[in-house]
Amino acid sequence: MKRPALETKISNFLSPLVVAGAGGFLVAIALLPKIAEAIRAQLGAMLPPTWATVANIALGVLATVFLVAQLPIFLIWFERKVAAHAQDRLGPMRVGWHGVLQSFADGIKLLFKEDIIADGIDRQLFRIAPVLVVMGAFGAFAVVPWGPGLLISDLNIALLYIVAITSLGAIGILMAGWASNNKYSLYGGMRSAAQLVAYEIPTALIILVVVLQVGSLSLQDIVAAQGDGLLGENRWLLTRMYGLNVVAFVIFFICGLAETNRNPFDIPEAESELVAGFHTEYSGMRFAFFFLAEYGAMWLVAGVAAILFLGGWVGPYFSGPLVFFLKTLFLVFVQMWLRWTLPRLRVDQLLALCWKYLIPIALAALVVVAGLSVQAS
Amino acid sequence: MASQRVYKDLEPDTAYAFKPEDLEDDEMILNMGPQHPSTHGVLRIELKTDGEIVKDARPHLGYLHRNFEKHAENIDYQGVIPFTDRMDYVASMANSLTYAVAVEKLMAIEVGERVKSIRVLVSELQRIASHLLAIGTYGLDIGAFTPFLHCFREREKILDLFEWLCGARLLYNYNWVGGVSHDLPDGWTEKARQFLGEFAPVIEELDDLLSHNKIFTDRTATVGIIPPDLAVAYALSGPNLRGSGIKWDVRKEDPYCGYEKYDFEIPVGQGRYGPIGSCWDRYYVRVEEMRQSVRILHQALDKLPAEGDVHEKVPKRIKPNPGEAYARTETPRGELAFYIVSDGGLIPYRVKGRSPCFVSMSLFHEIARGEMIADIIAIIGSLDIVLGEIDR
Repeated sequence: MKRPALETKISNFLSPLVVAGAGGFLVAIALLPKIAEAIRAQLGAMLPPTWATVANIALGVLATVFLVAQLPIFLIWFERKVAAHAQDRLGPMRVGWHGVLQSFADGIKLLFKEDIIADGIDRQLFRIAPVLVVMGAFGAFAVVPWGPGLLISDLNIALLYIVAITSLGAIGILMAGWASNNKYSLYGGMRSAAQLVAYEIPTALIILVVVLQVGSLSLQDIVAAQGDGLLGENRWLLTRMYGLNVVAFVIFFICGLAETNRNPFDIPEAESELVAGFHTEYSGMRFAFFFLAEYGAMWLVAGVAAILFLGGWVGPYFSGPLVFFLKTLFLVFVQMWLRWTLPRLRVDQLLALCWKYLIPIALAALVVVAGLSVQAS
Repeated sequence: MASQRVYKDLEPDTAYAFKPEDLEDDEMILNMGPQHPSTHGVLRIELKTDGEIVKDARPHLGYLHRNFEKHAENIDYQGVIPFTDRMDYVASMANSLTYAVAVEKLMAIEVGERVKSIRVLVSELQRIASHLLAIGTYGLDIGAFTPFLHCFREREKILDLFEWLCGARLLYNYNWVGGVSHDLPDGWTEKARQFLGEFAPVIEELDDLLSHNKIFTDRTATVGIIPPDLAVAYALSGPNLRGSGIKWDVRKEDPYCGYEKYDFEIPVGQGRYGPIGSCWDRYYVRVEEMRQSVRILHQALDKLPAEGDVHEKVPKRIKPNPGEAYARTETPRGELAFYIVSDGGLIPYRVKGRSPCFVSMSLFHEIARGEMIADIIAIIGSLDIVLGEIDR
């Protein structure tokens, strides 16, 4: 009998570990409030109050970074599976059980790839750009609450902070496009800049719609204002305001798609037009950074949409971080679903969509909501 | 330096290329291809752009030149057939059929009814396979990935049928002078019928998924417009011509292989979502042609004579009398023709191919001017070029 190959052995050994790890991950998320409470109590008993707070925040940062860094590993595999099943095929099946190790294999491959910086490239900008993009996508997670009190920093201007720091990503893309000294990259960067200007405005208007109804920019407060679940006075925002919030939600989601540069708005990297757009010249880990940022941004957009309109961690039957996780996962799934179904818009059509339709509708929604809010108060 | 001189000698036609000194302030030359994901092979296009707007476009051909016509002057008549297969490599059956028909015309061979029916069967199956590829990759050009794989799934079934028939999946060497290489295997017709039954709903599915998608029609229905007079002036043919609303199909106008006996329609562009002759019209003509091909295939399977030797008329030695012959057929890409001159010997004196893709490409700069970069991709895709046939 032929002995199983080494890869098979490794895969057989690692697959259960990864699946068990994912299960453990979910359990940990479900029990997050209790774990955090226990850690907080433990730290309070062990350290003086100031140091306890510092340690607490440090642990929170570590946990968030760990979480955010692990998410793309799962999401890339998930996306490939969604794509495959949309296209009547199986997707990754070879590396581990149902391909669960695929993302790790890809990551290892990218790590070992040669990091090429071609001649004529602006080396400093070229190196900074991916970092900025990742910062833009991951920095925003600092204010996203997973549950009551489960966040790094409860900023009272959290929404403003999110709008500001996610724009950093677009600057990174512009930088990458310019520094690459490649015409296709330049086109990608310029398109990204045009896109940024177009979608930021409706996003901001829709955020104002929410802020008007809740009266706070803090994501904690926004979720607290939707604390009654599906029914009741303080129900999810989506079901309030006679359907106006549904419109607002849809606009927010469309703008979110534009922000994550995904189909139908993957104009800056439009594969069939611009080869790979702004990251044409990138390889190895620098390329992987853009990739990570994309998945981080997807999760962020879905998470913020879930918080603003779907009540964050407040569920119809039970509440907690797991509810937030599932809602966000569902919205991420919708993003993937759209990506593998729709064709791509042309750049002028995206601008027309944003300037001619989304902004007026968002503005009208804002005015109506403002009027209704004044009336209510 | 010797190496540098060699490189300079190989530099492509500089007289034809855009010159940097002719550019205005905001203009830029963008070199698209030959290694570009959407130029459908090794086409290179030079674009003079102003931001996203394309001011002018110049295609550079010849990256896949394989000297077909010169080769053909040095091989016997039968030996040319594998070379014709490699012209339009996604519709090999149609190419070799054209060549076989031309040589048969030269030698005044009349093939049997069964051979004619088989040839209709394979060339219509090939048309569906080729259109599936064209439509799938067109979706890919516009940014929709999923229809591509759905199309390839169906194309695969046709390739399986061909493999069963002649052992090859892409380059078949199937249509011989005076016959075909293999008779239909037992059970092949049943399998073909089964495929037709499975395939008809797929076209509807494709319509739902891609053809009438709002983004897709917005992207394609107003760009790359070829007015009917321009199409005729450039001698366009095939779906590209019919997309401009002109009813011309060699299968109807100059029938071969007994196409006059089949009942089918010629779909033309209707200008449903925009001006007539747009990319969308050309795309949709292909979708409609697949429906018509299914119709023809059903009839061909019904009419297929039970008996008949497919090698009956295959000549032992192909040695035509001095003379010349011109034969044309409707391939998936349009009117492919071969002009063959014989000097009475065992090898052709001259073989000239008339390539429909070359004609489509010669029109490209006319419709590319003033469009956006993304539209250039849409236009190339809608012309459905195969570089193997352009460069030969």
